[in-house]
Amino acid sequence: MNQSRRNFFKTAGVIGASIAGAKPTMAAAESKNILSDDRMGVLVDTTRCIGCRRCEFACREAHDIDAGQMLDYDDRSVFDTLRRPEVDSLTVVNEFKNGEPAAEAINVKVQCMHCDHPACASACIVGAITKQQNGAVIWDTDKCIGCRYCMVACPFQIPAFEYQKAIQPRLMKCDFCFSRTSQGGIPACVEICPMEVLTYGKRYELVKLARKRIEQNPEKYVNHIYGETEVGGTSWLYLAGKDFKDLALPAHGSAPAPGASESLQHGIFKYFIPPISLFAILGGIMWLSKNKEETGE
Amino acid sequence: MSSLAKAMPIKRNFFTPITLFLAFLVVHGLVFGFIRFVYGLGAVTNLNNQYPWGIWIGIDVAAGVALAAGGFTTAALVYIFNKEDFHDIARPALLTAMLGYTFVAIGVAFDLGRYYFIYHPLYMWNGNSVLFEVGICVMAYLTVLYIEFLPVVAQRFIGRVKLKGILAFLNKPVDAVLRFIDRIMDKALFFFIILGVVLSCLHQSSIGTLMMIAGTKIHPLWQSPIAPLMYLLSAFAVGFPMVIMESLISSRSFGLKPEMNVLSKLGRFVGPLLAVYLAFKLGDMAVRETYVYLNEFSLPTVMWLIEIVVGVVIPLRMFLYDKVLKSPFWLFIASILVIFGVLLNRFDNFVVAYTPLYSVKPYWPSYGEISVTVGVIALEILLYRLLVIIFPVISQPVKLPTSGMKIKLKGVVR
Repeated sequence: MNQSRRNFFKTAGVIGASIAGAKPTMAAAESKNILSDDRMGVLVDTTRCIGCRRCEFACREAHDIDAGQMLDYDDRSVFDTLRRPEVDSLTVVNEFKNGEPAAEAINVKVQCMHCDHPACASACIVGAITKQQNGAVIWDTDKCIGCRYCMVACPFQIPAFEYQKAIQPRLMKCDFCFSRTSQGGIPACVEICPMEVLTYGKRYELVKLARKRIEQNPEKYVNHIYGETEVGGTSWLYLAGKDFKDLALPAHGSAPAPGASESLQHGIFKYFIPPISLFAILGGIMWLSKNKEETGE
Repeated sequence: MSSLAKAMPIKRNFFTPITLFLAFLVVHGLVFGFIRFVYGLGAVTNLNNQYPWGIWIGIDVAAGVALAAGGFTTAALVYIFNKEDFHDIARPALLTAMLGYTFVAIGVAFDLGRYYFIYHPLYMWNGNSVLFEVGICVMAYLTVLYIEFLPVVAQRFIGRVKLKGILAFLNKPVDAVLRFIDRIMDKALFFFIILGVVLSCLHQSSIGTLMMIAGTKIHPLWQSPIAPLMYLLSAFAVGFPMVIMESLISSRSFGLKPEMNVLSKLGRFVGPLLAVYLAFKLGDMAVRETYVYLNEFSLPTVMWLIEIVVGVVIPLRMFLYDKVLKSPFWLFIASILVIFGVLLNRFDNFVVAYTPLYSVKPYWPSYGEISVTVGVIALEILLYRLLVIIFPVISQPVKLPTSGMKIKLKGVVR
């Protein structure tokens, strides 16, 4: 949208402002993310995953969730249904049939994508969710009021809420093992993975690595790095030999998820001009209508 | 005419069979509310990770805010556009808005996982969050509404402060404070009236922005880039029908004559306001070509049609009929339809239109959720009755000791 027209609308009061902001401009979100070039990410090469679910075990161990015995994770019957992250499992592996030989099945690990422009952080009423310099999107228990608007906003349907708790219910999601990664460590799931499905590194290097793998094995991969541009880019990136839609990864455009609602919001409140002008206009009407009555009588 | 009617406390019994039934509903809802606060949201609601928001947000909050719009629309009409004819309904409308918003806050508290941190947004700001703006505006407006109600309290108790026993020494200071408030508010009321209207315009529209961030999870029939504008327009349209409905119900309940001369005039605004809302709703549909969804037979489509036909088109036609405007019964029906339409719109947008990416089973409110919502509404009605019995809110014909002449006069002059 043309800039001067925008300015005109902004000063034209709140109704004008909602019209101006309401134009479906997909301008980049104005959130003040610190998107460091050095931010980290994880490349998930689903063609290597065997569905051993060691990552689920390691994740629980790392987050003080009862993990049980490692052998329990060899049970493959859990793949019968599509599973989603829950309060007691911040990452889950799903299996997708791919033709006749059962060995050809594709396993896909799911967890928070750690978006570059996280909708949850934009939505959060108290700013309890933040994008960190190392790429992690983390949640602050001291701020959260439990409104669950982040869950409404998330384009990947990741956050889980402790509905069974009356006091201090938590919002549970993958935190990129922030306590480790912020100290130079690597995420628990990456550490335990026996098949080198997961590669932890700087995001821009992971994109290069992913592209190289596709170039070297074009028949093995679809030519798409999931997460490179989806919802403005995510810290977690995926490679697969099959269309991502068939692997329950939603088809998203490249516009940041919070884009439209943020620019609308900022349009209405820019320098508080629209609310104040509305106040002035209403005050003017009030004064005029009172005057008219007094002169009329 | 209005000089012959004066806002006075209603002299009626609080308890009737209906209020006892409402009280039962309140207790019944409180039981589930108790379970919710002791055992968590999961013990009462059908909410889950797929459906984080249910009717406590869709109805208690989103629709609750819309249906409290009578407060700011009437305030604008009476004080800003200075239409003195409508002065008698200003206080009932104010009281409804005050109670409405109080119960929006209570509704939110039921839904918040950590309700005891409800004050956090006051000093933990996120300017990107639509919910933050709604939250701050609602808190600010609720405060403004309480301030606007202060003169009513002052009028009721000035010269009548009679505390007993050891508190008796407070009588004079309290009376002085009330007189002081009354004097200040006489001068400052205009500021709070305008502030209230501005705050209302802001959050009424922003509630329409709330679901925008959910993207494709919201059905295209509702996921519109001009949703905030349509929310504001529908709030404008539903304000007066709420005032009309509640005025008709209270005059019936208290055995007063319906204030038809005021209400018919008020009803004349509703038709055009609904027409503007409908025009934007249909225009939006034409521009975004969402009419393709009307071809399919699905729950969202059916709900959208009911919302538009029953909730907007039919009452729109009714409000343009003189006969409807003059008849208490039909005016009541038409108002109820508008209220139903806006309530359904909020419910649709927040609940029906919401389809998670990975849905295990569809959300339907649990018995407990419905009970709490019903209980909250019942409590609101009871408090309204209680407050109009205590405070001078509802205008009644002034009874002069000499004769009934002037009251008859009111019936003659029309």
